[in-house]
Amino acid sequence: MSRKKAKTVDKKNSSGKKEIKSAESKHFQHLFHQMLRIRQFEEKAAELYGEMKIRGFLHLYIGEEAVATGVTEVLSPDDNLVATYREHGYALLRGIPAGTIMAEMYGKKEGCCLGRGGSMHLFDSKTRLFGGNAIVGGGLPVAVGLALADKMQGNKRITCCIFGDGAVAEGEFHESMNLASLWHLPVLFICENNYYAMGTALRFTHAVTDLAGRAVAYNVKSSYVDGMEVRAVEEAVKNAAGIVRKERAPYFLECRTYRFRAHSMFDSDRYRTREEIEEWKKKDPVVNFRQFVLDNGYADGKDLGNIEKDVQDEIDEAVAFAESGTWEDVEDLTKHVYSEKNLK
Amino acid sequence: MKKKGKKIQYREAVRLALTEAMEKDERVFLMGEDVGRYGGAYAVSLGLLEKFGPERIIDTPLCESGFVGVGIGAALGGMRPIVEIMTVNFSMLALDQIMNNAATYLHMSGGQFNVPLVIRMATGGGRQIAAQHSHSLEGMYAHIPGIKVLTPATLEDARGMLWTALEDPDPVLIFEYAGLYNMEGELAEDSGPVDIDKSRVMRPGKDITVIAYGGTLSKAMDAAQLLSDNGIDCEVIDLRVLRPLDENTFINSVCKTHRALMVDEGWRSGSISAEVSTRIMEKAFYELDSPVERICSAEVPMPYSKHMEQAALPQVDEIVKTVRRIVNKDG
Repeated sequence: MSRKKAKTVDKKNSSGKKEIKSAESKHFQHLFHQMLRIRQFEEKAAELYGEMKIRGFLHLYIGEEAVATGVTEVLSPDDNLVATYREHGYALLRGIPAGTIMAEMYGKKEGCCLGRGGSMHLFDSKTRLFGGNAIVGGGLPVAVGLALADKMQGNKRITCCIFGDGAVAEGEFHESMNLASLWHLPVLFICENNYYAMGTALRFTHAVTDLAGRAVAYNVKSSYVDGMEVRAVEEAVKNAAGIVRKERAPYFLECRTYRFRAHSMFDSDRYRTREEIEEWKKKDPVVNFRQFVLDNGYADGKDLGNIEKDVQDEIDEAVAFAESGTWEDVEDLTKHVYSEKNLK
Repeated sequence: MKKKGKKIQYREAVRLALTEAMEKDERVFLMGEDVGRYGGAYAVSLGLLEKFGPERIIDTPLCESGFVGVGIGAALGGMRPIVEIMTVNFSMLALDQIMNNAATYLHMSGGQFNVPLVIRMATGGGRQIAAQHSHSLEGMYAHIPGIKVLTPATLEDARGMLWTALEDPDPVLIFEYAGLYNMEGELAEDSGPVDIDKSRVMRPGKDITVIAYGGTLSKAMDAAQLLSDNGIDCEVIDLRVLRPLDENTFINSVCKTHRALMVDEGWRSGSISAEVSTRIMEKAFYELDSPVERICSAEVPMPYSKHMEQAALPQVDEIVKTVRRIVNKDG
């Protein structure tokens, strides 16, 4: 919005032009920084998995960074976020310290969930992150319920719900779209369509592959966006979230993206061709955006070098934090099955 | 002293509880299939829509998973939802939300997100509505850590468990035995919230402990009455809460009577009665004068025809016969 306004100034004088350029530079460098944080965090996690520091399931987000970056850029700190098991990037960008997330993935007590949740179940009450849900589609009704609670209490926030193309085949998707639309609830449904439900391609699982188009059935406004392009995602989310806030009604945004890595660390990636992956890698959201920023003078090599060093330091510190973490007492095993606090 | 009450049906007792909860706490709302305009499939919420309006008595589409999940989200968001599922068999459609979300959020989040949600549903057989509306799956739910499972079998509990459940920080499932909705009795006018932790000795006795819950309680009480006419003194326990299970009450009782029979409308294999029996074996084995026995439903999907359905369910005469044999007074 502010940038659009600035453009009228742009025509009038060159000092205005400079201001815009400087504001844009700052913003684009920030977007690059955020995407790189996810990329490096994920690369490190993969490495640590190889070293057996992280175990269980680990679902990497590499290739999809533009989506989480564009989405979190638009949300306010007070908004609710319900995410999937591929949620490290969201947790990081919503403001959970990298070390706390890494410690969770190590299974350490210093993790955001004491090590009880792990990679797939990152929760944080401070940043209103309601999980990390590893049942495909399972978070959607919960997001609708959070929005219902806000409507009932007259809260202004919105609830953003992340899910994949796989979830669109689940009954809970359809139930949730219907309920959110029927009851006019402020839910921003973000579908990260990476074209594969684990290892089965969209074309083998959906009779209608235009996912955004499905929202019509529920009288929910929708659109799709190139999920490999962070500026496009940011603009699309800004528009979508604006509608949700203004109309207090749901919106469905499909972000078309691709994961470069296998579904999880157990996946041998037999269901897609090397050529297909290479073709998508040409659209690498981090590499391409870096080039865009350089080519258009929004940053120079030194600026980006500083960002890269910042990110490296952050990741190094996160790993050190997780390494130095401690294990929860086995005596506490049955804690947190029922609340200790008494609600009144 | 309880004030002398007036005649009231079980369904009215639940309605009283709902009404009181809605009046006491504006965060409370009721949501489910046909709870509003229809008045509830079992007429429990009849009149509540008129009293509280459509914002708080919410008719949902037929989407058990969806609206139970919405209940979870609303609970996380600061409300105190009561979700009604029409019948226990339909709750299978919401099992994902109950088991994978409601029961796990607190633990997965390392203690950050509790889910103060109450789910009510009708359960049990005996009404000739066959294999998709008649089962007793409370025992199955009692397997799941993270939720509480209540089985009000008396008017006092039908009236009093709901408010206590709403004050609980964690998800509570209340199973209302459908065959009890028409049960009429006297309820003290000052009756109110009751505990949801303890089993209750409904009838003290010395010869045998008969453990029941929900729909089998009245059968156990009837059998105990018949047996007392024959000089056999049964101690009848209403479990009331299937999870967390209050084992002290029945263990103490068995230590006194040295014999135990559990009457359970669930299927025998993997049932709550199997759990109770095992706990008696673990905690009171040397107190026993005879093996713990069980009367459960036959292991078939519920048949429609009346004689077959009755044959599938625990019956009073079977309880009487079994108790006589155990106590060994019938030769």
